[in-house]
Amino acid sequence: MPIHDQGYQRYAGSRARTGAAWQVIALAGIRTVLSERKFLGLLLLSWVPFLVRAVQVYLAANFQQASFLAPKGETFREFLETQSIFVFFITIYVGSGLIAADRRANALQLYLAKPLSRWEYVAGKAAVLFVFLVFVTFAPAVLLLLVQIGFAGSLSFVRQNLYLVPAITLYSLAQVLLASSTMLALSSLSKSSRFVGVMYSGLIFFTAALFNAVRGVTGQTWLAFLSPSDVLEQLGDAIFRQPPRFDMPVWLAATVVLVLIGGSAWVLERRVRAVEVVS
Amino acid sequence: MSTTGPIPVGPPSPDASPVVDLQGVSVVYGRQLALRDVSAAFPSGAVGLLGPNGAGKSTMLKALLGFIAPTQGRMRVLGLDVTTSALEIRSRIGYMPESDAHIPGMSAVAFVAYCGQLAGLPDADAMQRAHEVLYYVGLGEARYRNVETYSTGMKQRIKLAQALVHDPDLLFLDEPTNGMDPKGRDEMLVLIRDLAQNKGVNLIVSSHLLPDIEFTCDHVVVMDKGAMVAQGTLDAVKGPQMQVFELRVKDDAERMVGLLRAAGYECHDTDDDVMRVFVPGESGAAAIFGLAASHGLQVRHLRQSVPTLEDAFARVVGGA
Repeated sequence: MPIHDQGYQRYAGSRARTGAAWQVIALAGIRTVLSERKFLGLLLLSWVPFLVRAVQVYLAANFQQASFLAPKGETFREFLETQSIFVFFITIYVGSGLIAADRRANALQLYLAKPLSRWEYVAGKAAVLFVFLVFVTFAPAVLLLLVQIGFAGSLSFVRQNLYLVPAITLYSLAQVLLASSTMLALSSLSKSSRFVGVMYSGLIFFTAALFNAVRGVTGQTWLAFLSPSDVLEQLGDAIFRQPPRFDMPVWLAATVVLVLIGGSAWVLERRVRAVEVVS
Repeated sequence: MSTTGPIPVGPPSPDASPVVDLQGVSVVYGRQLALRDVSAAFPSGAVGLLGPNGAGKSTMLKALLGFIAPTQGRMRVLGLDVTTSALEIRSRIGYMPESDAHIPGMSAVAFVAYCGQLAGLPDADAMQRAHEVLYYVGLGEARYRNVETYSTGMKQRIKLAQALVHDPDLLFLDEPTNGMDPKGRDEMLVLIRDLAQNKGVNLIVSSHLLPDIEFTCDHVVVMDKGAMVAQGTLDAVKGPQMQVFELRVKDDAERMVGLLRAAGYECHDTDDDVMRVFVPGESGAAAIFGLAASHGLQVRHLRQSVPTLEDAFARVVGGA
């Protein structure tokens, strides 16, 4: 094999400061996901509920007969609840392979031999999922609010419901952070994306089924803390000033969310390493 | 033959400050002591890290990269402390791991450019250097293929490319010829030697293949069972100039080995029933013949040979 002497020269150009590599990881991940048509279809589908709500807002603003469709504070709560199905699918589609695929290809040692820390790597991977989940929760909810302002031609609805912007932000953030951190932690546990998807589905459905079974036997709804999705709904009711659906205290719901996020961070700290020590 | 400690051999490096310096480093891997109180200095240029499988070579490289925290000792790379400056060190070194490794779902050029970006290169520079480096390692024609479709030899080359793309001052190459066919192996060794001799890149080449180290390196650090057993220039590690003979006797080879050792000669068996005998002084062949004749053993083959690194390796790790 000839050595192409002209092909390798010392590099004299600039280098970015350390701490920016997570952006490289995030951008590459986002580009990769966006290059898949199936995913683009899923993204478009996730905006259908927004279109339906936007049409309702338009009709309510312009036709007296459709005034019953006028948005209320709970409309946004219901909208974000609807979006949770897309949060589920996008979390599985985007998130299951984020770390698992790197583990399968032994890529962690390549990443971590570069000037980036383990937490930068995790931040880059989390950012990929975060961006898409924000795109189907916070972004359409805020846009729906802007659509309402636009069609109504006044800020009176927003003035009457000043809590809506922080509520949308806080609840979306809780949805996105819980889904991202849980999925990343699960993705770090396996080399198979499919298995990770199954684990995540199992976590959601099994815990919900467990709660429903226990509720059926005991009649107690404070046991909703057993199911992360129900915990999130309880938290959402409190954030949007809606009557709570379970007898579970809000502080318990918030604690469960924080424990799940903290537990995920603990798993990631243990699993995202360049060297796996098998004892 | 066994050694009780590292053999300090050879003259000091021309560049007095070592690129890698370990002082009393111990690493525990699970329950296993993988490095035992290792002190070693790697001078600039190409240095071989030699030892049998399980000697602790890869563990040492991973500790130097900051992947594993040592339980004791200090490590400095390019003058920087590994504990406090791991990221700065990693921006100046390239690592070619032993096992297959790639970023999934990428073509070769996208993969190498991505590695350049991760190391801090601007996008355009990373892409330009990815093309250059892929040509340099001989993957120019295959650079748009997905890495997952590469053969074992091509995967070795792309691992070298990703380690080189950000122009490191120091390269860690962990078993760089693993799984390569003879032609590919020769080409990889030529590349490694070119990097060290013509491109000014410092190298640490970890290998259990002595010819690879002899071909590419000026200095060598020999590891065995987690300890450093010798270090120095290749010539120095090969040991004092002795006459080396290949010897085969009829029937009772073990008795001959015993006789030679009793007479004060170093002697190692090989896989081919041929032992290698190290004889100081000038009267080698006559002395061996005399010893065999006086004990009634028939010499079937006696030929003078050249001392190799394998001889030194067998000597310092204490076995054939």
